[in-house]
Amino acid sequence: MWLTWALLTILIGGYFGYTLLLSDDKSEFIVGTASHGHYQIEMACETCHTDAFGGPEIIQDACENCHANELAVSRDDHPKKKFTNPRNAELLKLVDARQCIACHTEHQKEQTRAMGVTLAEDFCYHCHQEVGENRPSHKDLAFDTCQSAGCHNFHDNRALYENFLVENANKPWLNQISKLKSANFSHFRAPKPESNSKLEVSAIVGEKMASHPEIHQQWSGSAHQDIQLECAGCHLAEADKGVDSSWVEKPGIESCESCHTQEVAGFTSGKHGMRLSKKLNKALTPMSPALARLDFHEQAQHQQLSCNSCHDVHELNVQVAATESCLNCHADEHSRSYQASAHAALWQAEVAGEAEEGTGVSCATCHMPRLESNRYVDEARTIKEVSVQHNQNATLRPNEKMIRPVCMQCHSLEFSIDALADETLIKNNFSTQPAVHIESIDWAMKREQ
Amino acid sequence: MLKKVSIACAITATLVGAVACSQQTEVSAPAASKGIEPKLFTDSLFAVMNADRANYTKLVVARLGPKGSGVVKPDEHWEEFDNGTLLPAQMFRAGSEAVAEVTDEFTYSLQSLWPIGKQNGPKTPLEKEGLQYVVDNPGENFYGEETLGDVTYYTGVYADVAVSEACTSCHNDHKDSPKTDFKIGEVMGGVVIRVPI
Repeated sequence: MWLTWALLTILIGGYFGYTLLLSDDKSEFIVGTASHGHYQIEMACETCHTDAFGGPEIIQDACENCHANELAVSRDDHPKKKFTNPRNAELLKLVDARQCIACHTEHQKEQTRAMGVTLAEDFCYHCHQEVGENRPSHKDLAFDTCQSAGCHNFHDNRALYENFLVENANKPWLNQISKLKSANFSHFRAPKPESNSKLEVSAIVGEKMASHPEIHQQWSGSAHQDIQLECAGCHLAEADKGVDSSWVEKPGIESCESCHTQEVAGFTSGKHGMRLSKKLNKALTPMSPALARLDFHEQAQHQQLSCNSCHDVHELNVQVAATESCLNCHADEHSRSYQASAHAALWQAEVAGEAEEGTGVSCATCHMPRLESNRYVDEARTIKEVSVQHNQNATLRPNEKMIRPVCMQCHSLEFSIDALADETLIKNNFSTQPAVHIESIDWAMKREQ
Repeated sequence: MLKKVSIACAITATLVGAVACSQQTEVSAPAASKGIEPKLFTDSLFAVMNADRANYTKLVVARLGPKGSGVVKPDEHWEEFDNGTLLPAQMFRAGSEAVAEVTDEFTYSLQSLWPIGKQNGPKTPLEKEGLQYVVDNPGENFYGEETLGDVTYYTGVYADVAVSEACTSCHNDHKDSPKTDFKIGEVMGGVVIRVPI
């Protein structure tokens, strides 16, 4: 009896010890299904659980390692630094807002709501009870409506704060069809044409060019040809450029990254590319629809995502990347409704050459918006840099994040807020007018009078 | 059986020894030096804070803002503008948050009995008492001790006085301000400095 017991203990202990310390597959230790934000990377356990010893600060550091920058960009209204003063001690007993996991507890699928929130929906009320007393408009509102009614977000309120509502009130629902800015970010980081043209055409490059004339044809007229980035620029290993040496048949993401730093950083921060992020503690296979939780076309299930799954790397047709590439995989109701939408009509006109370039509305127009920033050149010159946000999740949820960089490029604030609060409209890809009205602008204007 | 007892004794002896050693370590640690008196510490901190705050208000906001050369735009939503800069109260708060990221040896905050942002009103009984005291007793500070969470603090409350027209006009004209008749030289709120003791 004792011997059997000891043997069983050793066997079980040995199995879990081996799994914990030596095995690559640690799925036995997953305590619950991960949230929609993290399930793709749940097998890279040590990305978040960086140390077996230590308190909540271990997890907090891991959260900040990936999310601190986007929170800073969003002008986070509830950063940790607002709660560290001891005067908040009583409030912190209710919600310890210094820790991300106070609201976003992982591996708790049963109690995880939108945005990965695991607190009850009335969490705002505990600290902001006085709002109902001070604002007549808020007097009879339900405790759980602050952040669920299109009025407030916990972190990002750039399109929702009162002054912004007032400044953008009473505008026509459609201001104008805005022209998409041309991206120029990677142009500043691309190798100079003269340095590319100096690359020697090695024997193997010449051989490849001769055997694949169609690829050379696709490359001709591309943005890469414009800067004279020839075959060797991507297909020869960095150390071997100009030398008769190793040919890389399918250059990886790191090859693209050497010029497209911002694009790759965005890609590996969102759900398309997060499994390839350098922040993970171990390498994972690229994401594919078969691993995802949304609806995708059957034939796309085993497609693997990298730069060239959306971009034809030789032709570099960004029109294909902006819509066709998306719809080849995505098969949810919103995506399936796109082709019949008013946005798609504008896009089709642009693709057909019947409308000015940049006036169409593709999938990428909304989900991969153009970001503009100032680039200091010298005392007399600051140029505008425009890049494409390749983290399609950066403006996705809460969807009010889309209002300023996307919707308001053409539409009024009021229309944008209402449209994004209308679930039916989202499903039919904004093919009708909003049936929902959010009163935040009305209330803000009333306070102005 | 005898073997089990021996192993148990060995483990117990090891644990007892470890605990004893750790206690010994605590006992043998050098006694902390008495250091600066909390009052002198908080008074000194306030002197620096107050000087920086007045200088930012007068030398940056008033001089370079719309009533000066117009080079910068002080605004509650300063991040919206390329030349936007923080209002003096926001600058003070930003400093306090930056300090909190470096040390927890002291904390400070700017509060008021008439706050524009309601979270900046007094929260603890001592804050209420202290803010009222500095309003009722111009030129005097307020000191006390309070326990928040599991920590006892020495708390100093110092009057925040309107030093320029920028302070009074902004508060008097703001739609969320509970008081709209502030005058230069009046106490508008208080700086609360805490030192854990």
